[in-house]
Amino acid sequence: MTTALPSLLENRGKASLSPALLAIPSLVLLGVGFFLPLCVILLYSFATPRSFELLRSFTLVNYSELIRAENSIWRSFIWSNGLALATCCLLFLFTYPIAHGLCRVFGHWAGLVTNLFIFPLFISENVRLHGWVLFFIKGGVLNGTIEALGWQGGLEVLYQPGMILAGMIYTHFPFMLFPVTLGLAMVPRDLCDAAADLGANRWQIWREVELPIALPGILVGMLLTFVLAFGALTEARILGGQSVIVIAHDVEHAFTYAQNWPLGSALSVLLTLWIGGLVMAIFSKVDLDRILGKKEI
Amino acid sequence: MKLPGRRKSEILTWVWTGFALLTIYLPLFCTVLASFSRARYFTFPIRSFSTRWWEQTLESLEIHTIITNSLLIAFSVTLLSVGIAFCGSLAFARFNWRGRKLFQKVLVLPIFFPQPVLGLALLLLFNTFGIETSWRTAIFAHLVWIAPVATLVMAIQVYGFDASLEEAAYDLGCSNLQVFREITLPLLWPGIQSGALFSFLLSWGNFPLSLYTSGADSTIPEWLYSKMVAGYTPMVPVLGTISTLGAATIFLMSGLLSVLIRRLQLHQLSRQDATK
Repeated sequence: MTTALPSLLENRGKASLSPALLAIPSLVLLGVGFFLPLCVILLYSFATPRSFELLRSFTLVNYSELIRAENSIWRSFIWSNGLALATCCLLFLFTYPIAHGLCRVFGHWAGLVTNLFIFPLFISENVRLHGWVLFFIKGGVLNGTIEALGWQGGLEVLYQPGMILAGMIYTHFPFMLFPVTLGLAMVPRDLCDAAADLGANRWQIWREVELPIALPGILVGMLLTFVLAFGALTEARILGGQSVIVIAHDVEHAFTYAQNWPLGSALSVLLTLWIGGLVMAIFSKVDLDRILGKKEI
Repeated sequence: MKLPGRRKSEILTWVWTGFALLTIYLPLFCTVLASFSRARYFTFPIRSFSTRWWEQTLESLEIHTIITNSLLIAFSVTLLSVGIAFCGSLAFARFNWRGRKLFQKVLVLPIFFPQPVLGLALLLLFNTFGIETSWRTAIFAHLVWIAPVATLVMAIQVYGFDASLEEAAYDLGCSNLQVFREITLPLLWPGIQSGALFSFLLSWGNFPLSLYTSGADSTIPEWLYSKMVAGYTPMVPVLGTISTLGAATIFLMSGLLSVLIRRLQLHQLSRQDATK
């Protein structure tokens, strides 16, 4: 279908509209709004600490400042990675049965269930996380209910690392669910049935048939949740108090309170490299056309 | 034929999904509950209910400005994003051209980037070029993240598009405009509508990008955050509920619109059949 189209369009006199032209608005937007800011950050990261001027000086002090052990940045880095990894693995376990249900079990209810999972995406994470604060806080819904039932209340759940993890799992739920669902939708049902007819048990069918075919979707979901959770800030702020300093907090701190843009920039450059490397590594193994449902011709 | 084992796992799947949905919506109910509590600091069980915080919020001029800002940004983002994403999704999914694979990868990059860092990077950019941050810069910042999402949403529809229908229309003597109006647009409409819905609602609820790029023009999520961190007032759950209700209204209206359009198309089809 696609290879024949350009020549076909030429015959129809519509050739003035080359497909590459259609990409231009997006590319201009991303050029100015994404790549240019990254360049600015890169330039700032070589500027004198605490200065606000570009291209006046060149120094690597900001980078050496980052790796100095007295700065607790390495600790934030480890925390953020750990929290993101835990979020990503737990979310995979939590969403897989639901994705399976959306593809195989729910039938004509699948549309409604999908919409119910999409909707929370449109509510600011602040509102949703604050709802959890109201639920868990002293005198909140949970403790109030426990005390009303005559049990010992006073449960302290908020402002701990575990709560930040729960918050991250909560806010990133759809980002894992939908890619995994798209991945599982690529598994042809006949193939599983055929494997079952040939005597494979459920574990074997899952490992040998389902998982390899659904893998691109799963990889995209894991990458997306890892990256977003790695850069998340509000969960640690609202649910975690100051119990854990995440890496996004360090970036924000450098830019705002500390007024040290070059340091914040250097840190952002490192984050970008780390995330960019992960994204590149995964996307070299993934074909977006297949996940999003392009027909094979 | 259903095996008992399969039946059991199906029930478990339903139960787990129900539990997940319940957990996801639980904090929203807590917010609604807190908005009707009379006390300044929320305690449960609620001793006395009152709508005074609602009245106070709805009368507040500050809140009016903030809601207007959020609406203005979300509408502008939707308009621009739909245009960019419609073209982008055709380049992404429909046509084969040399740079397509690279374009696909470049396009998803902003989605795979932490928004707080993106917001700060944009703030730095605006600062470097001497652009004062306001609702206008917030629109631009939202677009960087939302237009790629809308493009992906539309691309899914474009992948399912049968190009031979266009060819058939040309063969039957249609002009370019006719083909676009009668074939391309109606077939791609569900994708365009979802793209618009995502653009509006993601902008409406966005916090990390607005925080650094909207300057003095605060949006709803920003205002809520500032009050959560310092100076809590029961107007927080009220405005939170208003923001949720706003999103729900738009979401339901969009669903209703899809149903209406489908009905209308079916109606037209049956009338055409009748005239034959």
